[in-house]
Amino acid sequence: MIRFDQVTKLYSGNTRPALNSVTLEILRGEFVFLVGASGSGKSSFLRLVLKEESPSKGQIHVLGQNLSRLTSRKVPYFRRNLGVVFQDFRLLPQKSVFDNVAFSLQVIGKSKGFIQEAVPDVLKMVGLAGKTGRLPHELSGGEQQRVAIARAIVNKPSILLADEPTGNLDPTTSAGIMTLLNRISAGGTTVIMATHDAGIVDQMKRRVVELVSGQIVRDERQGGYQTQALPVQQQAPPPTSSGFGVGR
Amino acid sequence: MRFGLVLSEVGQGLRRNASMVVSIVLVTFISLTFVGAAILLQLQINQMKGYWYDRAQVAVYLCTEYVEGGNCNEIEATTEQKANIEQQLEAPPLAPLISQYDFEDHDQAFARYQEQFGTEATGFVTPDFLPETFWVNLKDPSQSDVLVERLSSVAGVDEVVDQRKYLQPIFDALNAASFTAIGIAGLMLIAAVLLIATTIRLSAFSRRRELGIMRLVGASNRFIQTPFVLEGVVAALIGSALASGAIVAIVHFFVQGYLNATPSATPFVDIGDAFIVVPILIVGGAGLAAVSAAVAIRRYLRV
Repeated sequence: MIRFDQVTKLYSGNTRPALNSVTLEILRGEFVFLVGASGSGKSSFLRLVLKEESPSKGQIHVLGQNLSRLTSRKVPYFRRNLGVVFQDFRLLPQKSVFDNVAFSLQVIGKSKGFIQEAVPDVLKMVGLAGKTGRLPHELSGGEQQRVAIARAIVNKPSILLADEPTGNLDPTTSAGIMTLLNRISAGGTTVIMATHDAGIVDQMKRRVVELVSGQIVRDERQGGYQTQALPVQQQAPPPTSSGFGVGR
Repeated sequence: MRFGLVLSEVGQGLRRNASMVVSIVLVTFISLTFVGAAILLQLQINQMKGYWYDRAQVAVYLCTEYVEGGNCNEIEATTEQKANIEQQLEAPPLAPLISQYDFEDHDQAFARYQEQFGTEATGFVTPDFLPETFWVNLKDPSQSDVLVERLSSVAGVDEVVDQRKYLQPIFDALNAASFTAIGIAGLMLIAAVLLIATTIRLSAFSRRRELGIMRLVGASNRFIQTPFVLEGVVAALIGSALASGAIVAIVHFFVQGYLNATPSATPFVDIGDAFIVVPILIVGGAGLAAVSAAVAIRRYLRV
């Protein structure tokens, strides 16, 4: 589904890579948490999957396509298979709930009939059936995030990327969002979620990938926010043989 | 469905940037009017060249007893000399260049003089005062130099004059006017292109949320680009339509209505010529706007 092969991402003007030789495979239908401190490379990972960025080194395959071979003209069509949700919802403030979701279908050329059927369905699924005519500012944060999720999944993508979707929400609302994401995952969609929310990760018991300074330090099935397993000890480099003339 | 969506986006963009759109309309209007005027001037020059060069002749003036300098020395050209000149006109290398020639004697020249200047001006002039002349029509008017070179030094010839040289200053003036118009049009067009690019960037910036979401959900580049390009094209089209109207009005009211009404033999451009210019302005204006808008919006399409 998603395969990273020795992927390094260097941003210009920064000597420290955002991702450093990351190798990772995510299978169809998996639910994966990406955890790590701010700046550890979680967002870069998601941006690379979306092909908003290209890797400096290494190969990325998503949905059987080698992203480095994807021409920029084909990127939009590739993205139609991916749904994305952000911490800040990114809804259009002057459009109603229905129109926000419909917009994402209109701009990829779906027919009016399809939109009239698909949008109410997906709004019902995320639990907003009675609020289709509201404007985003009339909704609570949790409801706004549900609209964003509805927009991301209305086209039935195979992969859902969520960048700290509960970052702006209180614990109870977050739990509701997680139930929703769980349901989406149960439907066969691969979900990758970057988060700082330890409670959620511990509760869900799903695959956890931890990044520190752009490197994967843990990849654990049914893991928690902090590892329960023994920490991996990195072997100390062997002492250099002492001698003259080799020291720097 | 999609077409309607694109059009509503265009309408929104035009309304949101109304003042910028008005300035695009005005700048394209003025610049394209200058372009049209320059084209009309060139058409006018070509028309006048065609008209006058057909009529412009090379005059071979012969000596009279009143001419002092050159080959003449106050001696009237003799019959032998005239025969010699005529023989030169009939034989190579001159004959192939000449389509026809006429000989004008003193009396004919006097008659023509009277016709041109009226009888009261002819009191001091007698027929023998006016030179006898060979009027030569060339197949190619630009080859008059050969004739001038060949005949100038022949005995009995006072002077060989290509009448085209009297027209050249007029054409030079018209050409200068035309190039000035093109220069102004060029500067204005640069301003128009930059203005369109700025307006489109502004429009894109005010819609950056939508653009971000469009890119995220996989709207194709063409779909994202089209409303912006159309926005520029619509504004420029209004400008070119106004410019076309101005050009047609100039030809109709000024050239046909005013210049043509004054007595003169010169042919002027007509409405038919104006309608040659109109499609050039429309297509040129729209094309220029489309290109500059497409270039301006490209930054927002980078994936």
